[in-house]
Amino acid sequence: MSHDEAIDPNQPLEFQTEKSRLNILGFWIFLGAEIALFGTLFATYFVLTGRLADGPGPSELFELRGVLIETFILLTSSFTCGIAIHEMRRGSRKGLMIWFILTMLLGLGFLYFEIEEFIHYIHEGASLQTSAFWSAFFTLLGTHGAHVSLGIGWMTMILIQLARNGLNSTTARKAFIISLYWHFLDVVWIFIFTGVYLLGMVM
Amino acid sequence: MQLDEFFVTGDPLIYGADVSIILSLIGIIFVLTKYKKWKWLWNEWLTTVDHKKLGVMYIISAVLMLFRGGVDAMLMRAQLTLPNNEFLDSSHYNEIFTTHGTIMIIFMAMPFLIGLMNVVVPLQIGARDVAYPFLNAVSFWTFFMGAMLFNISFIIGGSPSAGWTSYVPMAGNELSPGPGQNYYLLGLQVAGIGTLLTGINFLVTILKMRAPGMTLMRMPMFTWSSAITCVLIIFAFPVLTVALALMTLDRIFGAHFFTLMDGGMPMLWANLFWIWGHPEVYIVILPAFGIFSEVISTFSRKNLFGYKAMVYSMVVIALLSFIVWVHHFFTMGADASVNSFFSLTTMAIAIPTGVKIFNWLLTLYKGRIKINTAMLWSLAFIPNFVIGGVTGVMLAMAAADYQYHNTYFLVAHFHYVLISGTVYACFAGLYYWYPKVFGHKLNETLGKISFWIFVIGFNVCFFPMYFLGFAGMPRRVHTYAEDTGWFELNAVASVGGVLMAIGFVIIVYNIYYSIRYAERVKTGDPWDGRTLEWSTPAPVPYYNFAKIPDVHGLDPYWQIKKEGKQELDIEEERLEQIHMPDNSGVPVIMSVLLFIAGFGLVFEWMWMAIAATIGVIVTMIMRSFDPDEGHHVEVEEIKEIERNVRRKED
Repeated sequence: MSHDEAIDPNQPLEFQTEKSRLNILGFWIFLGAEIALFGTLFATYFVLTGRLADGPGPSELFELRGVLIETFILLTSSFTCGIAIHEMRRGSRKGLMIWFILTMLLGLGFLYFEIEEFIHYIHEGASLQTSAFWSAFFTLLGTHGAHVSLGIGWMTMILIQLARNGLNSTTARKAFIISLYWHFLDVVWIFIFTGVYLLGMVM
Repeated sequence: MQLDEFFVTGDPLIYGADVSIILSLIGIIFVLTKYKKWKWLWNEWLTTVDHKKLGVMYIISAVLMLFRGGVDAMLMRAQLTLPNNEFLDSSHYNEIFTTHGTIMIIFMAMPFLIGLMNVVVPLQIGARDVAYPFLNAVSFWTFFMGAMLFNISFIIGGSPSAGWTSYVPMAGNELSPGPGQNYYLLGLQVAGIGTLLTGINFLVTILKMRAPGMTLMRMPMFTWSSAITCVLIIFAFPVLTVALALMTLDRIFGAHFFTLMDGGMPMLWANLFWIWGHPEVYIVILPAFGIFSEVISTFSRKNLFGYKAMVYSMVVIALLSFIVWVHHFFTMGADASVNSFFSLTTMAIAIPTGVKIFNWLLTLYKGRIKINTAMLWSLAFIPNFVIGGVTGVMLAMAAADYQYHNTYFLVAHFHYVLISGTVYACFAGLYYWYPKVFGHKLNETLGKISFWIFVIGFNVCFFPMYFLGFAGMPRRVHTYAEDTGWFELNAVASVGGVLMAIGFVIIVYNIYYSIRYAERVKTGDPWDGRTLEWSTPAPVPYYNFAKIPDVHGLDPYWQIKKEGKQELDIEEERLEQIHMPDNSGVPVIMSVLLFIAGFGLVFEWMWMAIAATIGVIVTMIMRSFDPDEGHHVEVEEIKEIERNVRRKED
């Protein structure tokens, strides 16, 4: 019953075994814990807003252009990730892999612009050590960025497994779970975009 | 760094600990080598993913931690017995109350209960293991390594000394320099990973792996309490993770979350800590409620009174537990409306808790009560916990709290709820489920002696503290003057403490005694139990159930017995292959690497932290590439095992 490998062909590939169904549910619950984690980081950020010590403020440093590029890239990567799962449902391993690689490249592009943005802030005298506000900013954004980096590494492993083992219920489940993770990071970014950047620029 | 800064020096107590640690290590290595047990240790225990063995390891570790935390407690009582005592200096005393609190909550109470959950929950719901056996091993080993990391602080580098709540600025770099506070941060962080994974694992197990016919409202109460506890863990522990990470950034990387300078906000720590901390105290009390429910129902020989009310009251307690955290610092500057809100939510918790108390009493009412050690712990719990609860309502009144805050009244209150709630439950659960795991009962005579000594000792120790609080004695002071008038009650409390220590020693001796001399139980059902775990033989085969039972109501095993069948029928011709998970060495290796990474961060040796973190990532990749298909137990093997256990019963 529990670790039964009986295959249920009426389900999509990633849901066909009991183990897959358990793992996917468990990952949804893990995302619940991630919401609590990011919720705490956001709460910390909002509480520490305006506590600048002698450092610069967000409205002096935030620039819409870079942020829009990052937002655009990351949202597009969620779209390509969705197509990848769509390809997987069609049974196309090649499609899945190509769209996953595109997703990863977009993720890397996002990281490039984010790191460039951070370096710019540090040059302008705003680092983790500058003030409570910047500590909270870098921790919130850094945690999100670390999640994206981890996601890229994780997706690489799954791509290798897809190449080696082909598309089966195990690799399909793994691909599906990382897609959940990737979309979740996008949702978090929406809140960062509005809560951190847009609010930071108008306040 | 000099060697004499690395090792803690200058205190004979610590030198004694050093010697005893080295001697026990040599002893363990010698015994393992002499009897050629290394391979056995690795194959049977270190790499196991069996929920029962992991549960046993959790409980053994928890008992060890109870000993460590108990020694801390005895040192504190020794120091406070006489006024102007100079047995411990103030900084050593600070370290001891800090490690006592942290160890008892994080490394004793929680693992003890999680250990019992591990042993019992899959058996109660008719499952062969948990949803993620591998992850379960990761949970145990990260907890264990986190506990070890925290515990070595007192011989290497020095212990944390800012209290288990670690309020800033006290816990900041200026007032707590050195590695001590880092141990607290990293030890809890590593152990916290395991706790979060346990929460997810058991929630999915309970939601998805129940035997056919076991609807949610047919689950045993301990399983219910575990499920609700898991939800609390899932939403509370990430807050602790963040809080610890932020303080780590403050201390090691120069951030300004909680500092006094550059915009930091010390109260933010207090809030984050207790947003996790209050659900945490319910994480250690709800499973205890579940254990008492099982024990009281079994030995009253009645089904649990008000089953639904029990479930709903636990859900209400869990929800309320997230909106009461400010009552831990009514005196720290919140305005009256904020305090009033949290005062009301706190008092509201007494309502569902009261419902539960009456349900236990009414379960006992007109029951055919059997008194044994497990039942005694449960019966003692009710009045003692009521004392703790009522004084909790007194503390909940914000205005009055200005008088009680930070006094021994508070110390007495939380020991009354945590010891008579959680610790009594751990002992009750230990005596109750012990035969299921080990195939023999714990000795009842020794059990009853230890019960009376411990419970009397507990009340003698902590009841006077309420009055010490009224008399104005603040907590966390290492000594007091003679003219305060606190000497007599302190001396009484110390006598109680000694009695509790004697009770604990007898409990441990009882385990040794029973392993050697107790009669082996002949059936899997020594207590005439009601729930599915008693339908399995004792000790339980590693696959738990040869055939997954069908459930038709609450207390399914009781129903089966009432229908005249002694055992669940195992019809041999209908047995099928059982699929079981494989052992894995990855969890223990991963956790050792996490320990090393944590240790590197404690001393701010970044090369060590980075190297070990890379190692952790490598183990994760290894895991990802492991097909982990598990193995099958053949029908012939199941038949043989089942015949053997059942032959013993004839």
